[in-house]
Amino acid sequence: MNPDTFDPNFKIPAPERIGDERGSLTRLVQEMVFTVDHKRLGLMYIGSGLLFFVIAGIMAAMIRIQLAVPRNDFLEPDVFNRLFTMHGTAMVFLVGMPIIFGFANYLVPLMIGARDMAFPRLNAFGFWVFFFSGLLLYFSYLGAPGLYAAGSAPDVGWFAYSPLTAKAFSRGHSTDYWTLSLLMGGIGSLVTSINIIVTTLCLRCKGMILGRMPLFVWLFLVVAFLVIIAIPPLSACQIMLILDRYFGAKFFDTQAGGSAVLWQHFFWIFGHPEVYILILPGFAIASEVIPVFSRKPIFGYPVMVAASVMIAFISLGVWAHHMFSVGMTSIGNTFFAISTLLVAIPTGIKIFNWIGTMYGGKLRFELPMLFCIGFLFQFLIAGLTGVMLAIAPFDWQLTDSYFVVAHFHYVLIGGLLFTIFAGIYYWYPKALGKMPDFRLGLCHFILFTVGFHITFFPQHIAGFLGMPRRIYTYDTGRGWDAWNLISTIGVIFQAAGILFFVVNLIYSYIWGKKAGDDPWDAWSLEWSTTSPPPAYNFETIPEVRSRRPLWDLKHPDDPDWKYE
Amino acid sequence: MSRKKISPLSGGSDTRGEVDIFRVIAGAVRKGGSLVLAWVLAAPAPAQSTDGGIMRPVADMFQPLSRPAEMIHESAVLVLMITAAIFVVVTAMLVFVVWKFRRKGPEDDMEEPPQIYGSTHIELAWTVIPILITFVLILVTSRTIGEIQNAKMPEDALKIRLVGHQWWWEVHYPDLGIITANEIHVPVSTRTGKPRPTEIILESADVIHSFWVPQLAGKTDMVPNKRNRTWIEPFATGTFFGNCAEYCGTQHANMLLRVIVEEPADFDKWVANMKRAPGVPTEGMAAQGHRDFYGNSCVSCHRVDGTVAEGVFGPDLTKLMTRQTIGAGVAPLTPENLRTWVRDPQSLKTGCLMPDMKLLDSEVDSITAYLLTLK
Repeated sequence: MNPDTFDPNFKIPAPERIGDERGSLTRLVQEMVFTVDHKRLGLMYIGSGLLFFVIAGIMAAMIRIQLAVPRNDFLEPDVFNRLFTMHGTAMVFLVGMPIIFGFANYLVPLMIGARDMAFPRLNAFGFWVFFFSGLLLYFSYLGAPGLYAAGSAPDVGWFAYSPLTAKAFSRGHSTDYWTLSLLMGGIGSLVTSINIIVTTLCLRCKGMILGRMPLFVWLFLVVAFLVIIAIPPLSACQIMLILDRYFGAKFFDTQAGGSAVLWQHFFWIFGHPEVYILILPGFAIASEVIPVFSRKPIFGYPVMVAASVMIAFISLGVWAHHMFSVGMTSIGNTFFAISTLLVAIPTGIKIFNWIGTMYGGKLRFELPMLFCIGFLFQFLIAGLTGVMLAIAPFDWQLTDSYFVVAHFHYVLIGGLLFTIFAGIYYWYPKALGKMPDFRLGLCHFILFTVGFHITFFPQHIAGFLGMPRRIYTYDTGRGWDAWNLISTIGVIFQAAGILFFVVNLIYSYIWGKKAGDDPWDAWSLEWSTTSPPPAYNFETIPEVRSRRPLWDLKHPDDPDWKYE
Repeated sequence: MSRKKISPLSGGSDTRGEVDIFRVIAGAVRKGGSLVLAWVLAAPAPAQSTDGGIMRPVADMFQPLSRPAEMIHESAVLVLMITAAIFVVVTAMLVFVVWKFRRKGPEDDMEEPPQIYGSTHIELAWTVIPILITFVLILVTSRTIGEIQNAKMPEDALKIRLVGHQWWWEVHYPDLGIITANEIHVPVSTRTGKPRPTEIILESADVIHSFWVPQLAGKTDMVPNKRNRTWIEPFATGTFFGNCAEYCGTQHANMLLRVIVEEPADFDKWVANMKRAPGVPTEGMAAQGHRDFYGNSCVSCHRVDGTVAEGVFGPDLTKLMTRQTIGAGVAPLTPENLRTWVRDPQSLKTGCLMPDMKLLDSEVDSITAYLLTLK
């Protein structure tokens, strides 16, 4: 079907029904398994990400209970070590990655006026590879003891420093589950990123030149390139680890002359871009939400694009700031301290531009906006603690302490998760056709924000007082008791907040108000189609003349394209 | 030497209570000003003890007592002040904008605000300012890195070789011929006279560990098949607390380190005592324990200087009773705890590499009695 000659009055006939009636469980499963629709896959990504989020969140709560009081015996040391390993691995690879891919899948085609992703089947393949890699990781709890009857889930930490992962120190199969699961998930991430790049570059509707793409799409383009650069080193070192463990290779075997530091270089060449892979989608969501609820276009669009690309470039040259204490030369340490400090410049520009967008606007404090304001405040703190960590000498004190734990939770919860909540509330009406309930959402926002700060702010102080991360217990009298107890109390608020969130998702789906096509009075293309959008997205492929096509439609007297 | 049962951290003094959460918060509010620093300073004061000098269990990196830690502290305070200023300014901007430009009522929905697309001048301003701040930070950082990492040690500086094991520390004084474990003794330096820094060579026997005594120096990792180096130059006496700071397996949490900083005279006394080989007990329980110790497999892993016990897999026991703790800090070294440890180390430190030897009750008693003579 040639989109250019598409008849606007033509309705695509409903696809032929196979199997059971619509609405039954088997029918639902069937639809999910066979679907190649980018919207359904997007929702499946987000849904399974949230599922893993709840599981990994419960693990975090158990960790906090163990640490609430000194010399607690709630958990055995090995159980605790498995919990923090699985919590970290799951939150990065099974929660963060799939949820951002879910947003990309759902929104990129809609925002650029395409009917689907470039490779729909590859898209489905990517989802299922991710999903089974998650199941594989969690199956380690049952399968990993193996013939050695040793170990269970992986307990080597989420960055699995060698030689702790060598056969001598990690018996059984726990590390293999970790390795294979990440190797497999990496394939899913790679194909999805290729798909995002091809879709963005090839399927834009008429008039949507690169300079008119929504910032959301721009940022995901950058993220997709970063994934393609970052994942191969991770996969490479996973394969080297398997060779070490099973085929007598000696890459990381220090007893045989291998190098323990080699693993760290490989891992962080992946790991640091990965941090930006996770936070740039947060920027993407904030860059859509803040303008709409400020009733103004984004301030300094070209600078925002340039800053994002710059962050991506710099992020490829900062990996060893995770390794300041590993014994590099002073030249090496200085280089990575400088490159890391440079990240602060484009990041600062972004924060100023978001505030500049709000300046002079008429701010509507709907749920997405509330979460984005929370994001701005918390990401500011995360950025500033990041600057402290970039000062290599200060980092010699701070690294591997609870300060670092606090820092990256401010990045990943205060930054990423808050924007994910904003994004979910913002596009919920589009995806499901119902408005999220404001009061339930407000309870979610207040409880979660309060709980988040109670939990993670004291961890900065515990770090200042010399508390190392990943300890399952500690003695009283070292000044850590109070901070840990406060930290654990915050979890109760966070859990209550999440409960409101889940209730809101279900309640609004059943009893929520009908949303209509464009409930927020927004400006990007996804709001021009119905809620939820039809399988083919747009009846006619739209044509755009500016960055805000719906603004042009709504304000024919004063359209954007006059100024761009 | 008999010891009363003490808490592992107070080392002889029971007077200091737990951290009172309200006192800490009240202290923070009272001090106001620099919020973060105030909180950190609200930590309890060090306690006095008889053997290890002043106990310093609160390893507060903002109360450095050694040259490299002080140099780090200096740049840390500068960075904290700069970031605090940025925080205040940007937060004020955010609060102002959110308050000033909030939707005031339904009349605000009638008309859209003026559509501003950007401004080159403003963009330039908020690009240049971060660049300048970053430049200052780069200068400070580069200088401090060099000063700490490339510091020249005097020829006669005390040298220590520290080897990390799962989950304890092996301590060598190569020039003095002393081997011990889990506790480092060093002489105190002076700011005015001849400096007495200690150079520490860091190695690992198995996985990666990390040396971290916050009041003395920042972290340096102990990487197998790689030799790292750090140094300390403490200006105050007392027992400083540190932890292994790189996750190293099951008992990472109980891989604790103490650095005992002494007056030079006390340090020399300690050295003299460490060089004296322990005698062999000739009568009573301890003599029986001596036979049991060498008759069981203890000697395969442990070393007692001047005897056939030459094992190097576990900590050196030559001067066991000069230490404050057992199991790398898991419990204070009391006769009761020692007995519990000999009977079943797993009950004190689950997962540690010393197995439950299934000794008879009589052997547990006698070996404990023998170990108590190693001082």
